[in-house]
Amino acid sequence: MTEKKMKNPLSLQIDPALFETASEEEKAQQVTMRESVSFMRDAMRRLRKNRIAMISLWVILLVALIAFIVPTFYPYTYTKQDVTAQNLGPFQYSAKEQMKIDKGMSVFPHIMGTDNLGRDYAIRVIYGTRISLLVGIFSALIVIVIGIIYGSISGYFGGRVDMVMMRIVDIIYSLPDVLIVILLSVAIKDWVSTSQNALIARLGAGMVSIFIVFGLLYWVSMARQVRGQILSIKKQEYVLASRAIGATPARIIRKHMIPNCVSVIIIIAAMQIPSAIFTESFLSFLGLGVSVPMPSLGSLASDARTALRSYPYQLIFPALSIFLIVLSFNLLGNGLRDAFDPKLRN
Amino acid sequence: MEEIKKGFTPDPDCLVQVRNLKMFFPITTGFLKTTMLKAVNDVSFDIRRGETLGLVGESGCGKTTVGRTLLQLYKPTDGEIWFDGRKIDNKEALKNFRRRAQMVFQDPYSSLNPRMTVGDIVAEPIDVHHLCANKTERENRIRELMTLVGLNTEHATRYAHEFSGGQRQRIGIARALASKPEFIVCDEPVSALDVSIQAQVINMLEDLQSRLSLTYLFIAHDISVVKHISNRIAVMYLGRMMELASANELTKHPLHPYTVSLMSAVPVPDPKVSRNQHRIVLEGDVPSPLKVPSGCPFRPRCSRATAACAEACPAMREVSPGHFAACHNL
Ligand SMILES: Nc1ncnc2c1ncn2[C@@H]1O[C@H](COP(=O)(O)OP(=O)(O)OP(=O)(O)O)[C@@H](O)[C@H]1O
Ligand SMILES: [Mg+2]
Repeated sequence: MTEKKMKNPLSLQIDPALFETASEEEKAQQVTMRESVSFMRDAMRRLRKNRIAMISLWVILLVALIAFIVPTFYPYTYTKQDVTAQNLGPFQYSAKEQMKIDKGMSVFPHIMGTDNLGRDYAIRVIYGTRISLLVGIFSALIVIVIGIIYGSISGYFGGRVDMVMMRIVDIIYSLPDVLIVILLSVAIKDWVSTSQNALIARLGAGMVSIFIVFGLLYWVSMARQVRGQILSIKKQEYVLASRAIGATPARIIRKHMIPNCVSVIIIIAAMQIPSAIFTESFLSFLGLGVSVPMPSLGSLASDARTALRSYPYQLIFPALSIFLIVLSFNLLGNGLRDAFDPKLRN
Repeated sequence: MEEIKKGFTPDPDCLVQVRNLKMFFPITTGFLKTTMLKAVNDVSFDIRRGETLGLVGESGCGKTTVGRTLLQLYKPTDGEIWFDGRKIDNKEALKNFRRRAQMVFQDPYSSLNPRMTVGDIVAEPIDVHHLCANKTERENRIRELMTLVGLNTEHATRYAHEFSGGQRQRIGIARALASKPEFIVCDEPVSALDVSIQAQVINMLEDLQSRLSLTYLFIAHDISVVKHISNRIAVMYLGRMMELASANELTKHPLHPYTVSLMSAVPVPDPKVSRNQHRIVLEGDVPSPLKVPSGCPFRPRCSRATAACAEACPAMREVSPGHFAACHNL
């Protein structure tokens, strides 16, 4: 009987006699699956493979480390002026400092020289970088918090709520941010200068209005993206399953919708940081950002313009710093996008 | 009191009673123009305690909508749903109902959240209804549920995308069982699965039913899938119910012309019978649910249609004991 069945070579008839039963161990091997991979871990693995993104990440970490740690032990402060040491070049010493050195005392070198008021330039660039990073982080936080809440409410409830909320976003989207910063900084000048809050007073009207404008305007693209994502997730059956179970809208948004938006959130936040940093530098360059004596990379570059011929390094250092930060954040943002959403590539 | 006013007394033998259920979706058909899509139109039926009611019909006839509206996932346009002698019309009743009635979905891929572990998916009803006092109790319950549906308990920390379709459907079933429901709507639970796995899952559902004394509304688009596991079968066409009878009666003596044509399309394993079987091929396509024909919706494709069929939609009527059909010509 079996002989007959086996004749046709294309037949799938298999002779059971040729098989032996699996041992318990072999059965267990069939059951074991490959190591569990969550979406996050998978994305992180892809990110680690991306060399450019990893270099950018290390550059950002290094810059952040310098910006936040170095000022704590650096011998110069960004406000201390020294009329005898104006406009020194990198690693130059003033006559007074030279005398000290000759006497055998140690003097910390001006790594990037000094500015026209004799302030150490390195610490000013470091402080400026710190301001830039803070602006970037702050704007990302605002974008994440407001954008997610707004976008998910709009997407979840849909219909008329969504329409009204998205029209508001359209209006905000069309407002020019630079113009609003200018108007706002004029409007709140008095309030800021008389403010009891030391931090607000120190930041100055320009900086406070930059933060306010970021808070008011910058979350819209995040809100739009999150809403779009939520609208598509809403159609998934696992959301319906959760509703059938009796989950509240808050739980559905928290447990089902936001975790499925994580890629979009990370990508948009990472893209937002360099643009915020750039806007702040640009406004400070125009004289609308930080108030003196606090330095910002933009205001440093602007001040350096007047003596560009004689002291070009005063422009080069802040420009280099801003270039490094913005470029690294952009490259990291691209890397995150490729890692978290391979479909979005090209 | 209210029940008497409305002229409806719930039957204690029935777990679920649906009366004149209507679900219309507004569809934008043009500029500022909406048309009502009558996905479910005036459907009434009862499901007895512990039985399986099969619901069959062609794709798009409104089976899923019946199941979802029944579970209050859509707000019905009209009609009443009674569960265990109580009408579901207030928040308190709904909360209780959400725990006691569950659903198994058609698509085992989109019905499980890709960012949650299997354990968390299965435990969602437990978390939502606070059914476990502490973490260990919750863990134990997850393990118990996974064993119940034949899954390896060690896989609770994995993500759903690591499982096959059949395993994913088991996860969905475990989730539906987590809140110890009495009633489960199974919306084509096997139609997305491989034929070899379909039987496994159906057998498991049957087994769970007898062990946990569950009541099922079992939706399928194919009579041959439901006839073995259903006690009674209801047939739908274009949002309306056409025939309802015990599984045996319906498959042996179908009355409604639509059911007759459906039954003639079911393949018979015996070639002798099969050769003699006269297959009725329906003419035309299923009309769009946006343009349901007047009177009886089946009229344009019915071989026995008369002038009366175009005028009024036939109501469900008990043709023989326990056998209901909606046709003027019986
Ligand atoms: N949320 C909705 N909004 C608008 N129309 C809908 C909605 N849900 C279902 N419909 C429409 O209602 C009709 C019935 O759909 P339903 O999903 O209930 O059919 P079904 O019998 O389950 O079909 P299938 O066998 O393909 O699952 C279809 O025409 C469908 O387009
Ligand atoms: Mg369906």
